[in-house]
Amino acid sequence: MKRKKNKNLILGGTITGIMLCLIAVGFFWTPYDPEAMDSANKLAGVSFSHLMGCDNFGRDIFSRVLKGSGTTLLVALGTVAIGAFFGLLIGAFTGYFGGIADEILMRINDVLFAFPSILLALVVISLLGSGTYNVIVALGIAFIPSFARIVRSEFLRCRDMDYIRSARLMGAKSLRIMFVHILPNTVPVLLSAVMIGFNNAVLAEAGMSYLGIGVQPPDASLGRMLSEAQTYLFSAPGYAVFPGIALILLVLGFSMLAEGIREQSEAGQG
Amino acid sequence: MKTKAMKGLFLTLVCTALTVALSACSGDKAAEATSSQITIGIPQDIEDSLDPHKAVAAGTKEVLFNLFEGLVNPDSEGNLYDAVASSHEILEDGKIYRFTLRDGVKFHDGSLVTAEDVKYSLEKCAGISNGEPLVAAYSAIERVDIADDSTVDVVLKEPDTDFLPYLTAAIIPAANENPDTNPIGTGPYRYVSRSPQENIVLEKFGDYWGTPANIEHVTLQIIANADSIVTSLNGGAVDMFARVSQAQAQQISDDFNVLEGTMNLVQAVYLNHEAAPFDDVRVRQALCYAIDPQDIMDMVSDGKGTQIGSSMFPAFGKYYMEELNDLYATNLDRAKELLTEAGYPDGFSFTLTVPSNYQQHIDTAQVVAEQLKQIGVTADIQLVEWDSWLSDVYTDRNYEATVVGVDASSLTAAALLERFVSTAGNNFINYENPAYDEAFANAKASVDEEEKTQYYKECERILAEDAANVYIQDLPSFVALNKKYGGYEFYPLYVQDISKLYLVDEQN
Amino acid sequence: MKYVAKKLAGLIATLAVVSFLVFAAFAVIPGDPATSMLGTQATPEKVEALREEMGLNDPLMERFGSWALHFIQGDLGTSYSYQMPVSSMIGEKIPVTLALTAMAFLMMVAIAVPAGIFCARHAGGFLDRSITVVNQVIMAIPPFFSGILITLLFGLILHWFTPGGYVSYTQSAGRFLGYLIFPALAISLPKAAMAVKLLRSSVLEEMKLDYVRTAYSRGNRTKSVLYRHVLKNALIPVVTFLGMTLADMVAGSIIIEQVFNIPGLGRILLTSISNRDYPVVQAIIVCIAFLVIFVNFAVDLIYKLVDPRITLD
Repeated sequence: MKRKKNKNLILGGTITGIMLCLIAVGFFWTPYDPEAMDSANKLAGVSFSHLMGCDNFGRDIFSRVLKGSGTTLLVALGTVAIGAFFGLLIGAFTGYFGGIADEILMRINDVLFAFPSILLALVVISLLGSGTYNVIVALGIAFIPSFARIVRSEFLRCRDMDYIRSARLMGAKSLRIMFVHILPNTVPVLLSAVMIGFNNAVLAEAGMSYLGIGVQPPDASLGRMLSEAQTYLFSAPGYAVFPGIALILLVLGFSMLAEGIREQSEAGQG
Repeated sequence: MKTKAMKGLFLTLVCTALTVALSACSGDKAAEATSSQITIGIPQDIEDSLDPHKAVAAGTKEVLFNLFEGLVNPDSEGNLYDAVASSHEILEDGKIYRFTLRDGVKFHDGSLVTAEDVKYSLEKCAGISNGEPLVAAYSAIERVDIADDSTVDVVLKEPDTDFLPYLTAAIIPAANENPDTNPIGTGPYRYVSRSPQENIVLEKFGDYWGTPANIEHVTLQIIANADSIVTSLNGGAVDMFARVSQAQAQQISDDFNVLEGTMNLVQAVYLNHEAAPFDDVRVRQALCYAIDPQDIMDMVSDGKGTQIGSSMFPAFGKYYMEELNDLYATNLDRAKELLTEAGYPDGFSFTLTVPSNYQQHIDTAQVVAEQLKQIGVTADIQLVEWDSWLSDVYTDRNYEATVVGVDASSLTAAALLERFVSTAGNNFINYENPAYDEAFANAKASVDEEEKTQYYKECERILAEDAANVYIQDLPSFVALNKKYGGYEFYPLYVQDISKLYLVDEQN
Repeated sequence: MKYVAKKLAGLIATLAVVSFLVFAAFAVIPGDPATSMLGTQATPEKVEALREEMGLNDPLMERFGSWALHFIQGDLGTSYSYQMPVSSMIGEKIPVTLALTAMAFLMMVAIAVPAGIFCARHAGGFLDRSITVVNQVIMAIPPFFSGILITLLFGLILHWFTPGGYVSYTQSAGRFLGYLIFPALAISLPKAAMAVKLLRSSVLEEMKLDYVRTAYSRGNRTKSVLYRHVLKNALIPVVTFLGMTLADMVAGSIIIEQVFNIPGLGRILLTSISNRDYPVVQAIIVCIAFLVIFVNFAVDLIYKLVDPRITLD
């Protein structure tokens, strides 16, 4: 049994590990107060005292990237968790049972899908108030339909397969078939859906910040920093570059890790 | 079979795309405008009304300024000149305003302005024909009389020598049935067409009674996204943008002149006096001592901007009181003392609501929040859409504090000060001070210019000493204008005068 | 026949629910057309009077009922903020968004399908790995930011287009389409990256299944196995994804329309939401919902086409 080195797992694990360490550090300690302003250092460049320079208020970008990565990670994970959990439930039931329940749930899904996420966000904000956690709720709800659809089509594909039929003939309960027999088979697709979902959640958070309904200032999130930085793209490109790199590393690390885990599990099976 | 079907579908799609693209190319021969033209970027579309009497947004008024005129009109110095009227007289100590109409003033549809049109326009504003006045100040009008074909008397309920600046309300033809969609005025430009969220097209009005406009065709292009302003300017799609920020101004290419003026508004942290702890004057004063306007200006716009100490900005000349700026020179110890006296030795926290479409207010709010931390006060910034702001903060007064800029709707001190009278419908800070009400009433009633000014100044002083709001600044305004054009003029009001613009080459 | 009838009933039900929810949403969020129209001239009394006049004080169900009744008769109402018939206002903007979305969708398919298949065939190779990394990076850039980067590169540095120089299709269809190329690219790139990833993993997944092994053992060559058998099955999740993406693109175009200053449906939707101009919002959302449902329907049909084992009823 010769096993090829799983590059994705190693590299993805490393990147994610480093990012998580940085976020953990940022949670307890940052070189500067991420909200402290300093008019002498407005849009200052990279230096030893400010590793990534300063933003338009003279706030230390490195400190803000540390804090902001944490916020972004939290929003993305929360969003995916809500979206995947409810999406999985809805998709599994509708895909497996079909019939009226399927019709109704999928129509509700359509409704959610067609409902503009900005309006949804506004409703959530006016009901719960704005803030990081409510961004998660708004995005999470908006993410349910896409998960539900993917899971549903997987269940639809699997439910008539021979091994499911035989399981059913052997008297297995529906719930058992769904979550013990079918679910593991959907893992690869689900895993990439989660990855894409994570990615989309990061982007959606940025998009909401861009439209001014995401994380509230002066809190930092990577998306918020990117949207603030665009005004200074010519005069202080570093302001956009560093949060951008952090954003890419976060997404990249996670997706390579997921890819790696998938490869690993397949290698284990095969 | 199935793959064939797929291929067929794909081919159809490609063919459709090609046909569209090809047919598109053949039709690409847009007539190039030979006459003078300018494209001006504006930050928002006209979303209230093209009817000048129903227009409320500052962004709408600054556009309509070019289409409409009143009996009198403001100039860039802040004076009023006779426009649709050729002269005016104030009779009976300000009870009657008599206007002699100018001969031969034409509407954009070619018809002559008559005394009936004037009466119709003013009565429409005053709501005499249909109840509710469209312009709040017009509730002071008792009636409008036509003395003869070219003389109109505006009769007020109470004498008011300060009413002339309100008579800038647009004169429109009585015959126009759709002022909402078909604006007809007497201004130097006439309306041609619009496309929602895209543009508004204007054209020079050939029969204008006064100095005609220089540029024939004007396209007002809506650039709702602040971040595409710089690229639109630098890329050459837009020749002028009137409200760029300091940060944007620094990134505009050499093809443009950046002119600097002021926005003519009172930017402040407005405090809801009915929300504890802002009902306590000591708390309000503590905030004033802790917040440093100069630091805010340094932070947000590299020190540009004009500090203010009350609800008045320098463009108002004689009413502006520079000495009030120093009333609360930053003093953190004093601020903490005051907080302790008021019963908040450890500070407190409040929500600072900010409309999310105004970057300059968001930036200011962030600096304010940072400054307040020094005295232990926590300001939680909450961004809301403009409409939520209008509804929650402005109309329902359901907020603690907010950062915005308040502008003047006309060239009178009253336009800025009236809202702090305890009974004013737009007193969104719930300010209540009998001394202020009295001073304001005296100013209104006074017929002597000197005395009136003194009373208005007293109002300003009361606002400052009572720390009604934490006054910050009159924001700097930067206008980016392509070097091909000249003639831009700043006004003490929130308007853009397009008719003064000209092509530089043309003049040489 | 029964299938179509069922779909149609579903369609109507969905549209009714969506439009009601939008109505309800406007009842929940602060502000209404009256405050919006009065702006800073608003006083509580004036707002109340205008609300009464505009019929905004009627019960929610009553207002929804009268809106729906008019809608069924083809009367979409009048925009509060533009005093224009909603139908003409939206009719003018639909081609813009449709052209943008169609262009982006075609670009995405044109990029993703060949690249996805290529990566799957050469899985583990150098090119595959490079594409995967590039893919990841593209996916991680927020659309508004890639829009800005595209504007910078193609607009201000290479001068291939004039940023902000949108030309209406009524003026010149050629320049209109020309301007849309780069916004369409900004929309399609991240979606294409996702589609490549999905297609690649889905093809690889399929290749491991028994029937592929059987096909190989019968002596079939890779290529024919790939195109004859694998692709067909691997397309199922991809078709789902593409279907979702198409609808998503309409929503995604809201942000890109902002960045590139394109006056399409997204821009109108955004400003109408903030002006509480709900007749316009309603109409646009019904359009989008219709599109979403139509696409879902098409996806179902395509499932049937690629995999006859799936039954529609």
